[in-house]
Amino acid sequence: MIFIEDKQMVIPGDVLADKEYQSGRGTFKEDDKICSSLVGLVAIRDKKISVIPLQSKYIPKRGDVVIGEITDIRFSMWNLNINSPYSGILPASDVFGKEKRDLNKAFNVGDVLFLRVVDVDEVKKVKLGLKGRGLGKFRDGILIYITPTKVPRLIGKKGSMINMIKDETKCEVVVGQNGVVWVKGDPSMERVAEKVINMIEEQAHTSGLTDRVRNMLFELLGKEIPEKEEKPEETQEATDEEEENGEDLIQ
Amino acid sequence: MGVTIIPEIIRESLNNLVKNGERSDDRSFDDYRDIYLETGVISKAEGSARVKIGKTQIMVGAKPQIGEPFSDTPNVGVLMTNSELIPMASPDFEPGPPDERSVELARVTDRCMREAGVVDLEKLCIIEGKKVWMIFLDLHIIDYDGNLMDAAVLGSMAALMDTKIQEAKVVDDEVVIDPEKKVPLPIKEKALMCTFAKIGGELIVDPSLEEEQVMDARISIGMRADGSICAMQKGGMQPLTKDEILKAVERTGEITKKLMEHLPQNNQ
Repeated sequence: MIFIEDKQMVIPGDVLADKEYQSGRGTFKEDDKICSSLVGLVAIRDKKISVIPLQSKYIPKRGDVVIGEITDIRFSMWNLNINSPYSGILPASDVFGKEKRDLNKAFNVGDVLFLRVVDVDEVKKVKLGLKGRGLGKFRDGILIYITPTKVPRLIGKKGSMINMIKDETKCEVVVGQNGVVWVKGDPSMERVAEKVINMIEEQAHTSGLTDRVRNMLFELLGKEIPEKEEKPEETQEATDEEEENGEDLIQ
Repeated sequence: MGVTIIPEIIRESLNNLVKNGERSDDRSFDDYRDIYLETGVISKAEGSARVKIGKTQIMVGAKPQIGEPFSDTPNVGVLMTNSELIPMASPDFEPGPPDERSVELARVTDRCMREAGVVDLEKLCIIEGKKVWMIFLDLHIIDYDGNLMDAAVLGSMAALMDTKIQEAKVVDDEVVIDPEKKVPLPIKEKALMCTFAKIGGELIVDPSLEEEQVMDARISIGMRADGSICAMQKGGMQPLTKDEILKAVERTGEITKKLMEHLPQNNQ
C-alpha cells in the first residue's frame, strides 16, 4: 500500500508506504513501514521510494564537476572550498606534472576554479583534478549559490533550462554539481541570469517551471512574450540527472 | 574568529556593481532591507524586542534588578549591555568566550544607548549610594546576514521603550517593591544607528553579509532624534576621508528619521 503521490511534499516521520515498496534515499524503515527522514519531495521509481530534500549540502562524488575557491596554499597542493562540509585538495602535480614551480604563481588564494572530483576516499578526503575540457580558472563574472539538489532542475531536460538562459542572456553559464554557478556576460545580463537562477531555486519543486522561467526572462529583457507553443513537456524534469558538460571557458 | 576567504570574483563583481550605482539586491545606496520590529516577545523579561533587518535577526531582552550603584556615580542607575553570537546564527560563530565582534557589538550598542541618554538614569536611583535599578540588556543574535549594529541598536531602543519596572518605595531605609504596580522606564531620548560600508569608493547603507565581507571600511553613526551624534564606530582595514565621514553624518540624519518610524509610537 502507498500513502502518498509522486512529487508530494513530505516532512520527517511521514509514513510513505508499506513493505511491498523499497526504501530509497531520504527514507527509513520502521515496523515494515517506509517513512521520510527529510523535508522534501517524494520520488517513486518502480517500487523504490526516495525523498529528494528541499535543502541539502553537497556530498562529493567521484566524477562530479564542481566549482571551488582556493582557501590555502600548502607545500605541494592547494586547499579548496567546494561548498561542502568536506574541503578539497588539488595536488600540484596535477597542474605542473613533474616540473617544480611556485604554487602561488599558478593559482592564488581567492581564485575560483572549475574542477573534476578525481577521487573521494573513505574519510571523505576529496582529490580534485583539472584534466578535462573546459576545466580551469574563472576570470570575471559572478558566482551564484544554489542548493545542490536543485542543480538537475536548473539544467533541465537535456540542458533545456540552462540553454534557454544562455541563449536569452548571451551569458556563459557554468554549473558545478556542488551548487555553485558561474555566469559571465554583459553586467546587466549577469543580473538577469542571477535573478532567474534564484527564481528557479526557489520554485524548483513546482511544475510548469520552464514556461515561467521563459516568461520571466522575456519580462526582464523587455521582450514580447511569444504565444505558448503547444508542447506538453515538463513531466519528469525534477529527477533528470543531466550532467553539465563544461562549456568553452576562456583560460 | 575564523577568517573567511572571499573569492576574488565575488569581490570584483560587487565592487563593479557599486561603481555602476547598483547593489546585488537592487537596493539604492540609502535603502535598508525590510525591517520588522516586534516588542514584548519574551513574557519573562520586563522588556523585549525582536528585530529583523532582511535576514539578520536579533532578540533583545531587558532585565531590571536592584543593585548597588558605582561609587563614583552614587545617584545614577546602571545600564549594561551584553551580546551573544550564538553558533546557530552563522557558521563563523564559535561557542566559547565572546570574540572581538561580540564585544564590539555590545560596547557600541551600549555607548549609543548611554551617551544618547536614552534612559533617564538618575530617576532609577532609589537610595543614593545604596540602591539603584540596574538594567541589563541582552542581545541574542539569532541570524546573521550583515549589519548587526543597526539591528542591535534598533532592538535595544524598542526593548527599553517596552520595559516596565516595578515601583520601588523606601520604607524605614528598606526598599519595598510593589509587584502589582509597574511603571515604564523613564525614556527621555531616542537614538538609532546607521551603518555605512565603503565598497568601490562609495558608502552604502545597511551592508548585507556579502557586502560586509568585501567592504574596505565601515562606519556606524549613532544619532539622537534631534540629529546630534551620540556614538561613532569605525571598522575595516582601509581609511575613510574627512569628506566621506561628513557626508555619512549628513545622510545618517535623514536615514535615522525614517528608521524612527519603526519604533513603537505609544510611549508615555
